[in-house]
Amino acid sequence: MQPLVKSLAASASAAVLIGALGAAAPALGASHALSGLAAAGKQHATDRKQGNCLACHSMGDGQSPGNIGPPLIAMQARFPDKAKLRQQVYDATIANPDSQMPPFGRHGILTDAQIDAIVEYLYTL
Amino acid sequence: MKTVLITLAVAGLWASAPDRASAAPADDRADFRAYFENRFPNTPFNDYVNGVYAIDPALRAEWEPIEDGIPPYEFAIDQGLTLWETPFANGKTYADCFGADATRIRARYPHYDAAADTVQTLESAINQCRAANGEKPLSYRSGDIVDLAAYLAFAGRGAKINVRIDSPGAEKWYRLGKYHFYAKRGQLNLACADCHVKGAGMILRSEKLSPALGQPSHFPVYRFKSGNMVNLHRRYSGCNAQVRAKPYQLQGSEYRALEFFHTYMANDLELNGPQTRR
Repeated sequence: MQPLVKSLAASASAAVLIGALGAAAPALGASHALSGLAAAGKQHATDRKQGNCLACHSMGDGQSPGNIGPPLIAMQARFPDKAKLRQQVYDATIANPDSQMPPFGRHGILTDAQIDAIVEYLYTL
Repeated sequence: MKTVLITLAVAGLWASAPDRASAAPADDRADFRAYFENRFPNTPFNDYVNGVYAIDPALRAEWEPIEDGIPPYEFAIDQGLTLWETPFANGKTYADCFGADATRIRARYPHYDAAADTVQTLESAINQCRAANGEKPLSYRSGDIVDLAAYLAFAGRGAKINVRIDSPGAEKWYRLGKYHFYAKRGQLNLACADCHVKGAGMILRSEKLSPALGQPSHFPVYRFKSGNMVNLHRRYSGCNAQVRAKPYQLQGSEYRALEFFHTYMANDLELNGPQTRR
């Protein structure tokens, strides 16, 4: 129970922090600058100890990407429903039980707040 | 928490793959080879002993001069020969357990030992020999055990892999190994097969994933990445750690079973250890 309580507390405080960053950041639409939340998401997505998305996907300007998963491009067109995209990051085995993609939310690899931020970033790609 | 996650992940896959679990070993092997034949049509079967170099000509061009020159595992072979010839305190040597012809030893392992109901590997047999002669067991991780295995692999090069599954006991161990190979594990939820069957030839960051077929032919290997000699169980352990699973004990039942399955899939390929690998 203890780890669950801890992770809830951590994601709550991260959500507050990221929320604050988001409010201070420029509005979406400035194509060259990411919003605070998307910028945080890029950080979580790129960090090797967190999302490490580049291990398997080419993603934005990330260096030496893998190719086990599809390139992360045109994400809004491919996932018009943002909740579907979030579910894919949270637990890709819901859509495909044989998926090689780690279930980042279900296995606690990323917090809920980190996943929310990553989804914001993916939506800019 | 992690243990619970791993157990759940493993249970989930087991429940979803009953057809795969019940096939006969020979059918499994035919399917396994057919998959790779289809996946890499330019790679001849006999070439799978070369790991990732069998499927990547550019990497192979970098690697071949190293194998043809003075490969860094030569030192381990020399050390292993010295150990092989050095008598125990009682005056006997390894040859008293294994027979004097070192060229015929490597290919006998792994095999099912009905009396002990276990899989004997080259490494487990080395320690059994030591115990029978009143010597302390060697660590399975590094040092003398890897050097001895390197020498025996070198002496036994060219023999064909021929793991036999010819009893219910052997089949039980085969199924344990097969289960381990296909079960998703660890926080990253990856099975051996996810990367080395389904993902073989794909790029993980900057590394190309090697095909599972033939991997056991060439151990122990000198890894450039870590700069040391690594045996098969230590490699399994490293893979398990990378998917954030708790590695099993070296030479414990899980890895013995996995080696048994993995090597059976490679039957008819030539033993060619030791080798250098990335």
